[in-house]
Amino acid sequence: MPTAAEVKARIESGIPGAQAEVTSDDNVHFSARVVASDFSGLSLVEQHRLVYAIFGEGELGGSIHALALTTESQ
Amino acid sequence: MTDQPETENPLRDALADSIASNEVILFMKGTPEQPMCGFSARTCAALTATETEFAAVDVLADPRIRQELSSLSNWPTIPQLFVRGELVGGADIVGQMYESGELAAVLGTAATAGGEALPETAEPGTTPPLQIENRLG
Repeated sequence: MPTAAEVKARIESGIPGAQAEVTSDDNVHFSARVVASDFSGLSLVEQHRLVYAIFGEGELGGSIHALALTTESQ
Repeated sequence: MTDQPETENPLRDALADSIASNEVILFMKGTPEQPMCGFSARTCAALTATETEFAAVDVLADPRIRQELSSLSNWPTIPQLFVRGELVGGADIVGQMYESGELAAVLGTAATAGGEALPETAEPGTTPPLQIENRLG
């Protein structure tokens, strides 16, 4: 099971320059707030897709059962 | 329904059809009356709060729905809200847009045509119930 720190590190290495705050009470349900300059000009759907794309097929809904996500462009 | 011609992926076609033919459609876990997941429940609540009529599809009816939907929409999670054929987002985006008032704006233009004429087929309230489950072979 990934920890919040691992999820944070994956997001930040997956999106250069991104800053992520990740919390989890159980290492299964995660809540993340991601701020990145890469998000500018993108729709919310596109911003979320960038984050989702970091995680492999089946990982969201699997080991990461839920990822509540808030994105913001810098 | 009579026999439909065999296509490569009839379920995917049925999903694409339902997205195209329903002005507001929510793919969720459970039903609006009985959501089976907190994210789906929250999304329904936001739609209900904006007094929007929407079609709903329970992806739990068959695991293939979720798989095909995600590959069609390039969106990995459920729920998924589509307005006029476009993916608006999942629970987080819908919640965020509800709070900012953006959701009402997106849905409001769907209902009132906000200056631009809508196609005559896009009358709200005439949405037929979805029968996707029936198309599974």
